[in-house]
This record gives sequence, structure tokens and C-alpha cells, in this order.
Amino acid sequence: MAKIVSISDAVAELIHDGDKIACEGFTHLIPFAAGHEIIRQGRRNLTLIRMTPDLIYDQMIGMGVASKLVFSWGGNPGVGSLHRLREAVEQQWPVPLELEEFSHAGMVQAYMAGAAGLPFGVLRGFNGTDLAKVNQNIKSISCPFTGELLAAIPAIRPDVTVIHAQKADRQGNVLLWGVIGVQKEAVLAAKRSIVTVEEIVDQLDAWPNACVLPSWIVSHVCLLPGGAYPSYAQGYYDRDNRFYQEWDQVSRSRSDFLTWIDVNVINGPAGDSQPSPPKRLQKAV
Amino acid sequence: MDYSTDEMMTVSAARMLRDRAVCFVGIGLPSKAANLARMTRAPQAVLVYESGPIGAKPSVLPLSIGDGELAITADTTVSTGEIFSYWLQGGRIDVGFLGAAQIDRFANINTTVIGPYARPTVRLPGAGGAPEIAGSAGEVLIVLRQTPKTFVDRLDFTTSVGHGEGGDYRRRIGLPGKGPVAVISNLGILRPDDVTKELVLTQIHPGVQLDEIQSATGWQLRISPNLEITTAPTPEELTCLRDLEQRTALAHGLKSA
Repeated sequence: MAKIVSISDAVAELIHDGDKIACEGFTHLIPFAAGHEIIRQGRRNLTLIRMTPDLIYDQMIGMGVASKLVFSWGGNPGVGSLHRLREAVEQQWPVPLELEEFSHAGMVQAYMAGAAGLPFGVLRGFNGTDLAKVNQNIKSISCPFTGELLAAIPAIRPDVTVIHAQKADRQGNVLLWGVIGVQKEAVLAAKRSIVTVEEIVDQLDAWPNACVLPSWIVSHVCLLPGGAYPSYAQGYYDRDNRFYQEWDQVSRSRSDFLTWIDVNVINGPAGDSQPSPPKRLQKAV
Repeated sequence: MDYSTDEMMTVSAARMLRDRAVCFVGIGLPSKAANLARMTRAPQAVLVYESGPIGAKPSVLPLSIGDGELAITADTTVSTGEIFSYWLQGGRIDVGFLGAAQIDRFANINTTVIGPYARPTVRLPGAGGAPEIAGSAGEVLIVLRQTPKTFVDRLDFTTSVGHGEGGDYRRRIGLPGKGPVAVISNLGILRPDDVTKELVLTQIHPGVQLDEIQSATGWQLRISPNLEITTAPTPEELTCLRDLEQRTALAHGLKSA
């Protein structure tokens, strides 16, 4: 059964230096507030796994929490580069960052394999690309029935998966909807999991076939309204596209970035205090 | 009506999308062109986004590949695993619509690095969905601005395969789709030769000179003997495109695109 705890307790208990962490959410429901708590607690040497690192991993990488990034598309969607990620790769600042990159289809299969308890995921992909030349974890395997050459990728098995969802009930059953990405697979593939939610309700009122994570596969649930901001939570608030565009400026220089983190994360509203409205981050940009 | 070269590019890319085609749409220029097509000559086109929406009908352009507008207006929204496994790899996509940072004469695409991989001068976002879209979509359209930095003799990194080394390369390595059938730029339209698969300039946009397009290309560009001049954007196309951009800018909290 999932325990309902504060985000600071959840991170303190479940996420350790050196862990492999997957904070998933495909543009939608990105667990920003949980990522900020990981920064506040000063984790180091993490392997960060995420299909689209997005601003949250840009912030975490810029604060030096990670030594390795596993990903498939590392840009600021619709805007351009992730400058903190680029500086870590191009200038090794603040610490060197090892990259392991796939395509979306490859990572999805690796998560599905992790969830299914299989050693690797298989897909028709990577043929003719240079990705297999720079990533030892992209191999090929021939179909035992037809001989077709297919790509094989080791299962992703995070120590901890962190996601944000719309709702949980008081037993810790979780409901999410809209663009649901790979969150279900990422939680099932992980040893431990943290789910932050917009609200905790008496009844989930989930329809049959809804994307529900039963309480008994989730480690901790944390109430964090606005916890996906500046990403969005369908039915609660929209993506703050302007924030994503403004981040391009904020993140270009080390000093502007560090000031922003200092004001909004280190000295910002603590994750487990009464959360502020989601627009809280916009003012300081 | 006056128009910019970028508008010519978007309009001519939109014209390439057949009505009723099932189109896997990349973010940015491809998404703009695909939605312009849906709002003009291809109202029944089915737009599929890698974040999960199938049959998305956004009234404003998404900034990201997973904006809420896509899910709200879609026929259904499925998981990312399902999109890539059942819908793309399963062979249900007619057209993949992609952008690129660099392209070569066989329409191979780089979106990974400029410079050596281990110590890149520019770290680009990476593969995303493109390698498998380029591999498995029935055919591929590529839209990007044409400059010596984007149309290069040799890619720094092959992220997604177009026609590889040319000829029957795709068949030899087992890629199911036909690969790129057109590259639409701000200067003209290039299509692969039937046999060699090298890109040939088959259309030039109005007012563009041949030497201008050659100097924007990092290899000796082949010109079709039947080179055509693209029809200029119609007032209807331009009005629809500008309205779309205006609505988008307002929706994203910007003044004007």
C-alpha cells in the first residue's frame, strides 16, 4: 500500500546518491516540484533517465545532481536548446555528464521490457543510424522465425520512478489521464516510486480502462498541487508556454541560472509546505 | 499578396500532404505545415503526434509535441508505447513529416551533434521519434530552411536514415517505408532520383535564382531538366497561415509570431 507522505520525506527516504532515477511525463504532468526537492536535498551522482529531459532535468543537471543522462530528445520543446544540458556536455560544467541516448521508440521498448520483467526490449529501429555506434546498449538480434535483424535494448529498471498525476484516493490509488506517456511503464519498471498529485479525493471515480496505478505498486504518494508547473496537468492548469520561452534566456548564463534556482528552488516554497498556486514561479523569471 | 520565403516553404510543404493521409507529425515547421494542410486542402488528414494524440485537430499550433490542445482535440490519446509500437511500427502511418538540423544529398538527417560526437561544438536535441518515423512511415516529407550549414556534403552524425548511400540501400538494410519522397525548403523542392535516390531540384520557388540555391547547398546540386516554378501562395493559403500564426501567438502569450 502506498504511504501518503510529504515530498521531502519521500525524497529523503527513497532517493539516494548514486541512484538511477526516472522522472517521467511526456510534456504533460512533468514532476517539477519533486525534481526541485531532489535539488534542495543535494543529491549527487544520480543517473537521470527521461525520454525528454525538458526543463526539469536542465535544472537538475545545472545544479550538478547527475553524472549520467539517459534520454532520447534533449531540447526545450518548440523553443530550442537546453542550455544547462549543453554546457554540461560541451564544457563539463558544473560536473561532467555521461550521455546514453536512444530514440523515443527505443526507450519506450526498454521501459516496457522493464515493466514486463524481460531482459531487453526489441524493435525495428536504429538500422543505418550512427546511434548504435556511440551507444553500446543498442545491439541487434535476429528474429528466430524470419531472420529479420531487429534492435535490442536492455530493459530500463530505475531505482526510483517519480511521476505527477491528477488524483489519488486516500488509499493511494492513482489516476492520470490525457497525454499519459510512459508513466505507467516507468512505475512498473522501477524498484520504488513516488507519485505527486494535484489532489487527494475520497473516490477516484475512475472509468473502466482508465490509467490507474493501484496503491500496492506505488511506494509513496505526495499531495503537491501545481507540482507539474510550468508543464501542465490536464483538467487543472495549462502548460505555461511563456515560461518555456523565457527559460531560454534565464538558462543561458550560469549566474542567471544560479540566481533563479536560489530564489525559486533553494529559497522557494518548500515542497511540503502549503503549496502556492502554480503561477508562483513566473514572477521571478 | 506579398509573402516571405518561410511562408512559401510552409505553404508548399502543406500542399504535399494528401487528403485522408495518416500523418505522423514532428514539432515545429512540420506541425505548422501539416495543420495548414488540414485547414485548407486536406481536411480529412489524420494527424498523429508522438506524445499519443491520434486525429488531433488543434486550432492553434502546439509549442510542444504534447500540448493539451492536441489531446483535447484528438479522436483518442494513447500511451507513448502504443504510438510507436502499434501505430508507427505496425505500419499504420502513411506519411512521416520531419524537420532536420542537417541533411545530405540522400536525405539522411542529423539532429544529434555538430562536430565530433564525444566533444561536439553544438549539442543538438537528438533523435526523438525521427529514426523510426524515417524508417517505418510509408513515405517521408522533410521541411527545413536551405543554407550551406543545413544542406551539407557530409553529415556530422546520421540520426535518421533517408536513402542511406543511395540506390536500393533502404531495401538492403530492411527499412519498411519508402523513405523521403520530397524535401521542401524556403528556396525550392527536391525529390530523390528514381534510381540513384540522390536529391534533385525539381521545383524552384518564384523569384529564387539557380545560383542562389546552389550556393545554399553543400554539394553539386542536380537540377531536373523539367524544373518547375512553384505556384506562389494563394491569398487563401496566406490568410489561413497568418490567422493560424496569430491565434498561436495569442494563445502562447506572445505578441506576434
